[in-house]
Amino acid sequence: MSGGLADALMAARLLAHNPAALGGMCLRGGGPARDLVTQALAALLPPGTAWHRLPGHIDEERLCGGTDIAASLASGTLVHQRGLLAAARGGVLVVPMAQGLRADIAGRVAQAMDDAGGPILVLLDDGTADEPRPPAALMERIAFDITLDGLRLADLAMPLPHALAATPVPPADNAMLAALAVAAQALGIASMRPLLQAAAVAQAHAALAAHAAVDAEDVALAARLVLSPRATQVPPDSAPPPDAPPDIPPEQERDTRDGEQEGEGSEIPEDLVIDAARAAIPRDVLDRIAAGQAGRAKTGGGGGSGQRLRSGRRGRPLGARPGMPGGGARLALIDSLRAAIPWQPLRQRDPAPDGAGPIRFRRDDLRVRRFEERRTTVTVFCVDASGSTAMARLAEAKGAAELILAQAYVKRAEVAVLAFRGEGAEVLLPPTRSLTRAKRALAALPGGGGSPLAHGLVLARQLAEAVAARGGTPILVFMTDGSANIALDGARGRARAQDDAQRAARAIAVAGHDAVVIDIAARPRPEAAALAQAMRARYLPLPCADARALHAAVAQATPPEPALRRARA
Amino acid sequence: MSRFPFSAIVGQDEMKLALLIAAVDPAIGGVMVFGDRGTGKSTAARALAALLPPIMVVEGCRFGCETPGQCPGPCTGGKTVRQAVPFVDLPLGATEDRLLGALDLERALRTGERVYEPGLLARAHRGFLYIDEINLLEDHLVDLLLDVAASGQNVVEREGLSVRHAARFVLIGSGNPEEGELRPQLLDRFGLSVEVRTPRAIDTRVEIMRRCAAHDADAAAFAAQWAQEDDKVLQQIARGQRRLARITVPDAVMTDAALLCSELGVDGLRGELTLMRASRALAALKGAKLVRREHLVAVAPLALRHRLRRDVLDESGSSARIERALAEHLS
Repeated sequence: MSGGLADALMAARLLAHNPAALGGMCLRGGGPARDLVTQALAALLPPGTAWHRLPGHIDEERLCGGTDIAASLASGTLVHQRGLLAAARGGVLVVPMAQGLRADIAGRVAQAMDDAGGPILVLLDDGTADEPRPPAALMERIAFDITLDGLRLADLAMPLPHALAATPVPPADNAMLAALAVAAQALGIASMRPLLQAAAVAQAHAALAAHAAVDAEDVALAARLVLSPRATQVPPDSAPPPDAPPDIPPEQERDTRDGEQEGEGSEIPEDLVIDAARAAIPRDVLDRIAAGQAGRAKTGGGGGSGQRLRSGRRGRPLGARPGMPGGGARLALIDSLRAAIPWQPLRQRDPAPDGAGPIRFRRDDLRVRRFEERRTTVTVFCVDASGSTAMARLAEAKGAAELILAQAYVKRAEVAVLAFRGEGAEVLLPPTRSLTRAKRALAALPGGGGSPLAHGLVLARQLAEAVAARGGTPILVFMTDGSANIALDGARGRARAQDDAQRAARAIAVAGHDAVVIDIAARPRPEAAALAQAMRARYLPLPCADARALHAAVAQATPPEPALRRARA
Repeated sequence: MSRFPFSAIVGQDEMKLALLIAAVDPAIGGVMVFGDRGTGKSTAARALAALLPPIMVVEGCRFGCETPGQCPGPCTGGKTVRQAVPFVDLPLGATEDRLLGALDLERALRTGERVYEPGLLARAHRGFLYIDEINLLEDHLVDLLLDVAASGQNVVEREGLSVRHAARFVLIGSGNPEEGELRPQLLDRFGLSVEVRTPRAIDTRVEIMRRCAAHDADAAAFAAQWAQEDDKVLQQIARGQRRLARITVPDAVMTDAALLCSELGVDGLRGELTLMRASRALAALKGAKLVRREHLVAVAPLALRHRLRRDVLDESGSSARIERALAEHLS
């Protein structure tokens, strides 16, 4: 369908009309269609508008400006470099692969956008549906989030739009603004920023369409383009929600005047706006809503602590080693000076290059800093919520998990929760430090059904590997009675299921992850002990433990401090 | 773009109150704002900074001195000049160097001199330091910040530098608890805490949109329209600051405060002290001569909310527990 493209081109037009209020746009997928949209934006903006690209690996010096060390040393004089953000003021800043942008860079860009004359931001999101979206701090500040999928090449054969003359239009009146506010509420959008952007879009559209004032059509378009992609709930089918204010007069003088002009402007447009917005909610947002995940759980990923990126730039200083600064490594000035000074008498004999200072540096003198960083410990709780354990012990397991969680966040460790029951296993909570979210995930954990122990073990290993891959140390805590009755392929049967579980447990042992098996059966059983042995895990039978005893046991079994340290260059 | 007028901010009364209290008595130790994105947290903080009268600064001083010779840097300018109250926005991912200040790389490279280049803490002196998403800030930076905020001094002992300069500022942190918590030890160091939510009522939201549109359309005219209201707030702060020293706290109110803290199980003395300070600042703001129980009750949630020991098995939030204790003991 070419609706996405038409919307994108409309968005480009609106953005070019009022870049200050609309911030920018996020284009997701699309390949050639995306190029077409960016070309269209370039054609619509005043000629001579500067375009800059922001690569994801940019360092702070380049982003915010500073001394160009390499050039300064080479020329012997001080060479400044202007930061990309300063260069992009009043121009366009394109961020490719925006879904992976680091939170600290996103923070800087967001700050630049809050200043007057900040850049127009074009985020190019190449993520797939289940990847995190670009950082929420940036998504908040731009009006449009457009998915360009399902386009055919023939759709792209269209001339580039050219700028239209705009007629000034007063801001939208109260009834129109109320319609937007009601729509935002129906869609579960809490933040005020999308609402302000939607109001600006409505006004811009009215100006471009030469309407006398902002009318229902403008508002519906604004709701569709700005509000729908941010929906966290699907509005009810009929009528506005019950708490919509009855006190906004549906017919104001001004509305009736517009009505004569536009035919339908006098009607209170809330239903219309909500309908337009509902119809335009992108499919993946709908899927997420249906899956019961709050919209922000996923879109917020960029700013969340879940996918923290580690760099060698922070932590406790550890000393210096030879190397070139840049690429995240920072110059250790004193050490560089120390390295250079013994050679000065020799170097002074050479003729001085132009503008040389009293100290002559060579490339070999440069030292960069090293930092040591504490690895994050991620405790992964794998809770057996099957029928055999659920009734008796699930509540205790939850209580213990919450206690450990409270402990973990004091120590700044992260916690993840996964559960297995019925037909499979699922991650209830990806690694997080948020007590609020963890508590919610645990409270919502249902019990009952079969025991797909092997699924749980496999998923736990995958999660542990993901944690290890981003530099954390996983500790797996299994709370189970060790019995299994669902095999990996979904077949029922105790023998196969136990076999699969054993194999999955051995895989965890091979991967070398720390693990603890807490037997939560009412009487300790050989299965759980065998499981622990296969996993080379500690085995803790807890026949009649309460939450606090469980907590004490886990605290004892896991290292008290995330003591693993590593040095980074 | 000129700042949004403070008095034109719709709702958010609790946050505005906390900011005013912090403006009257900066010794209170900063404000922590919890809330979602797009709730106007930074708008309110910036607006307050813009509202305050300009400060006198020694010309050319990099440390924001009021009178010459109080800082390590060259500060010999004979004149003092008016300058807007500084408002420093600390970006996520800021390095220790940027914050504390570091060796001036340019001077070191060019002349080999060891000169200290002041950082953001020096820039924030006598103003505001705003940290968005403080819960995502590196731990050691948060430690460092709170230490400087509490002592009012930045001591740099690194890279062969040994510098000490005044850095007194109102620390405003904001964060969304959904995205990670702040350690309780750090939370305790904040004087006040506020929970901000987006307004749910449609007419409030419409009013916000209307005012923002008016501000965007013509910032100067919008500011002029609110100048009188802003002036009132300014007068109120100035009067509060003048009165603050003379306000007395009756024994009965002190007993109330102690009772409340012990009832809620607030650890340490910091809670009690902040409670008293905040009550005094509020009384000063309101033009009272002495602190009354109503002042204490009004600031108790702000001063204590983040200091309650968290019981993970207790579902009711801290605010509810404070409300309950207030209703039981001080009504």
